[in-house]
Amino acid sequence: MSQRQNLTPQAHERADVAPRKHEGLPLAWPLRSRYIRLRVLGRELTSFAGCEVAQKARYSIFSLARNAIGHHENWQAAWRSPEPQGSYDAIIVGGGGHGLVTAYYLAKEHRLGRIAVLERGWLGGGNTGRNTTIVRSNYLWDESAGLYEHSLKLWESMSQELNFNVMFSQRGVMNLAHNQHDLRELSRRIYANRLNGVDSEFLTPQQVKEFCPIIDLRGNGRYPVLGASLQRRGGTARHDAVAWGYARAADTLGVDIIQECPVEGIRVSNGRVQGVETTKGYIGAKKVGLVAAGHSSVLAEMAGVRLPVQSLPLQALVSEPVKPHMNTVVMSNAVHAYLSQSDKGEMVIGAGVDKYIGYGQRGSLTVTEGTLAAICELFPSLRRLRMLRNWGGIVDVCPDASPIISKTPVDGLYVNCGWGTGGFKATPGSGHVFAHTIAKDEPHPLNEGFRLNRFTTGYLIDEHGAAAVAH
Amino acid sequence: MLLIECPYCGPRSEEEFSYGGEAHILRPADPDALNDEQWADYLFMQGNKKGVFYERWVHSHGCRRWFNVARDTLTYEILAIYPMGAAPPKLDERHYV
Repeated sequence: MSQRQNLTPQAHERADVAPRKHEGLPLAWPLRSRYIRLRVLGRELTSFAGCEVAQKARYSIFSLARNAIGHHENWQAAWRSPEPQGSYDAIIVGGGGHGLVTAYYLAKEHRLGRIAVLERGWLGGGNTGRNTTIVRSNYLWDESAGLYEHSLKLWESMSQELNFNVMFSQRGVMNLAHNQHDLRELSRRIYANRLNGVDSEFLTPQQVKEFCPIIDLRGNGRYPVLGASLQRRGGTARHDAVAWGYARAADTLGVDIIQECPVEGIRVSNGRVQGVETTKGYIGAKKVGLVAAGHSSVLAEMAGVRLPVQSLPLQALVSEPVKPHMNTVVMSNAVHAYLSQSDKGEMVIGAGVDKYIGYGQRGSLTVTEGTLAAICELFPSLRRLRMLRNWGGIVDVCPDASPIISKTPVDGLYVNCGWGTGGFKATPGSGHVFAHTIAKDEPHPLNEGFRLNRFTTGYLIDEHGAAAVAH
Repeated sequence: MLLIECPYCGPRSEEEFSYGGEAHILRPADPDALNDEQWADYLFMQGNKKGVFYERWVHSHGCRRWFNVARDTLTYEILAIYPMGAAPPKLDERHYV
């Protein structure tokens, strides 16, 4: 774990991330000025102690050159690893992307005093580090379009905002149609996207072939390609960098990030959350946000809250690296396959979910077989590729395939869960609105529809069609 | 990948079966008497246990008969298989965090 914490950032150092001007000042300036302002206001500053926090060096071409001279031995740790304090104003349970973004915005926009992120393993070691890194916002319903598009806009400025290259690459995301029904559904979604201001266009089979030449339009007779939707602003990002970048930025703002600290109980009295029991002892908290993906219902149950989610294993796999030959993302909902090529050259393949509840972070071979069979039909040139590794993550799927970002019946306890197979793309937006929900004790306009009570009112947001994998 | 012992056909690959979710949920005797909250609880709030879970399976590509399974949802170990309508066997709880 310590090796991970001390990861040197040179891998993410890129000269192409130019310092962005922010109201005439370098971006780091607002962070520093906030630090000073906080001190003037006399807020609780224990987590700022040591000044390491405030003086975090900015990544730039100059710091890269300076550290090259020092043989890259003097890079500052990207975040501290403090021992937990006795109590916090807010505790986020779950140190994946969504949790770290939540902590970041709680500190940055809502100026909550003492904030901690508790992670049972290592940062981004759950679904943040297990997904297929696809980012898009072409969802069907208004509520989803609002939330995912908000997120996509944050992706577009993330590297600059964090001073951390998340390698966001807007290479386009194609969704294939294999039959007449797919075509009609696809057209409906494209029109809905446009009405919501989300870029989305229809490609004829010939245009599909031009955009992604390695596709066999006949699908070997089994999965003929009749058309596709294309979101050009969609693409991929480096998933680990998202966790590391937000961790570094949150740490700079004084957030305590505590790894290897599983939560074993949630203390509630008089209908109000008091704190959490962890392996590092009891930690008091005024507010607790649960952002634990597959383990959300396990945690919520500790506080007596039931959630309508099912935890299912979702698989992905990568091939051996090959030369660049695919510069977009192709998804086929009907055959449960999605494919892109990583910057290392590996073909990154997303498969489907297992049909049964499981927490084992591994999937069944039948699912892999089905996905690879479809990939071989659609991309005959990949048939001889050897698979390097496969893995599973536990996704929490809601009955309507939409997330829950909500208050709970317990005061001071909030949940952000139910992202199912498509949480990565929503990372920044999800954390942003969840931080608002926690800080103001009321939903942000963008997550008003995603409350827990929609299962009682019946106002479901059915995104089974637009979610990456049919559940 | 699970090897499931169908009580009627013997051990078969997971591929032949379909999953039926949590077992032992009783449909409310008088749905009209329920308020929205109770109905939502019945409809959506299914168990999602990390540990010993009692669930239904159907041998859809075989004898097409339903049965119950007690399974550890972390290790995927199948602990008991028993017919529909039977009471769940007494098994030790397993607690995982």
